[in-house]
Amino acid sequence: MATHTETISDEPASKLRWLEDWVVGWGAAAIQCVVSVGDITLFTFRTFAWMFTRWPRREAVLANFNQVGVLSLPVVAVTGTFIGMVLAVQSYSQFKMLGMESRLGAVINMTLIRELGPVLAATMLAGRVGSAMAAELGTMRVTEQIDALDIMGANPIHYLVAPRFLACLLLIPTLTIMADFMGVLGGYFYSVTILGIDRHHFWYNSQQFVGHWDLFSGVFKSFFFGAVIGMVGCYRGFNCSPGAEGVGRAATASFVYSFVLILFLDLVLNILIETTHNSFWPDANPVF
Amino acid sequence: MENTNEPEQREEAENTPLVGVSHLHVDFSRQRVLSDINLSVARGETVAVIGESGCGKTVLLKSMIGLLPPTSGSVEFDGQDLRQLKEREMANQRTRIGFVFQQAALFDSMTVGQNVAFPLRQHRSLSPHEMKQLVLARLAEVGLPDSIIFKKPAELSGGMRKRVGLARALILSPELMLYDEPTTGLDPIMSDVINQLIMRTRQRDHVTSVVVTHDMRTARTVADRVVMLYPYSRLRPGESQILFDGPPDAIDQCDDRRVRQFVDGQAGDRLMEMRELSET
Repeated sequence: MATHTETISDEPASKLRWLEDWVVGWGAAAIQCVVSVGDITLFTFRTFAWMFTRWPRREAVLANFNQVGVLSLPVVAVTGTFIGMVLAVQSYSQFKMLGMESRLGAVINMTLIRELGPVLAATMLAGRVGSAMAAELGTMRVTEQIDALDIMGANPIHYLVAPRFLACLLLIPTLTIMADFMGVLGGYFYSVTILGIDRHHFWYNSQQFVGHWDLFSGVFKSFFFGAVIGMVGCYRGFNCSPGAEGVGRAATASFVYSFVLILFLDLVLNILIETTHNSFWPDANPVF
Repeated sequence: MENTNEPEQREEAENTPLVGVSHLHVDFSRQRVLSDINLSVARGETVAVIGESGCGKTVLLKSMIGLLPPTSGSVEFDGQDLRQLKEREMANQRTRIGFVFQQAALFDSMTVGQNVAFPLRQHRSLSPHEMKQLVLARLAEVGLPDSIIFKKPAELSGGMRKRVGLARALILSPELMLYDEPTTGLDPIMSDVINQLIMRTRQRDHVTSVVVTHDMRTARTVADRVVMLYPYSRLRPGESQILFDGPPDAIDQCDDRRVRQFVDGQAGDRLMEMRELSET
């Protein structure tokens, strides 16, 4: 039976065919890349538009706050505690060589609050929260539940994405503060109880070197990390390809993209924060 | 002036097809699925869209309510081009349409009661008591007991899920019902139950219906008109993708070998194609 399909080109195969394929392949990848960036940008704009024009339903917000915030609390607390203790273990021998053990509190708490607390808490939450969102929304896409919402006149971005994004945006910084707090306690416990650092010096040096700006910079970054986790997780789930494999890919991609973006943003925001700090307080003393 | 025009306008509106698809093309990436589809569905009519798997039946159904944007061409609902509608207008129009999904698409985080009440919560201001009464009434219409409202969709059989999906689609008393493979995966008895429910819905509520199916029994039972789609990739150049458009009885007299092959459920040349493929 004679059949026909839409074909890209009817040109005969030639010796330069491989070159054509190569160009077409890279061209398609470049177009796909631009389309994806445009797509996620529009997705983000639409989410913000819905958040500002019509507040998500209370029950949807509360359910997501519970999922993102309350249920993540234990694992964030445990992670924070161990980060603090590991920092104490790692820093102690180095500082002892220099005879500066008493300043252990300063280095542990500074590192925790400015860098490790926000980044590791965000990484952990990208795995726990972001992947779960991608898998949940991906399953809803595959089983046509998102289409069903659309057909029943409920905008899926308003109904599904806005409350999840809001939960990530507001609660990931809160969880970061929790991770910082538990990390400080963990570092204190290990330094004072196990390593025998003087309690007074531990807190005194922390107080001397860790300031409001450090806490602000850590929490400020975590708002961006939260936004990235929420947006990437929802976007990957929303654009999930069919089947169980598609859902799995969406969950994995959500974590990988979030992780890379968190590290990239961390660099950019650190440069921004340092530049701002130096322009306001050019004579500020270095920590050590 | 307005009074003299009113009856004419009403008559004109009544004569306008509820759904009008013209020169519809839908492509996915570089693959064409629907090509130059022209189809209109009159008010009160039940149209069955039949065809083999992958021929674009569901794509056509989803294009009819703007879930899938056309590559070119237009889809009109009640005289309004769906592409011209703003998001809120589209949401309002969709309250006039009920959609029964192939796998029911019930929200698995909600109970059956919450699923059926969902459109009411979105679009009506009713008290919880009124809402519950409406939900129970719709569930009773599809033959489901009151006790089911507290169950989760995962606890239901395929037939029950389909009926809950039907109750949810009917809860806002839509003017147009779209059914995507309503009997697929069901036993013959449950298939007949669903067919009877489709017919009863049509008779009682005078709704216009489009039923996508590859089950000839369903098409013959529920439809006033049958439209057969053929996969675009298998068409000869210049051919229409709609191979048959007429009353269910006339399909048996259709001369087209491909229509006969589908109606009789014969593999025909497909076996030869499969053999050729396996040899290459």
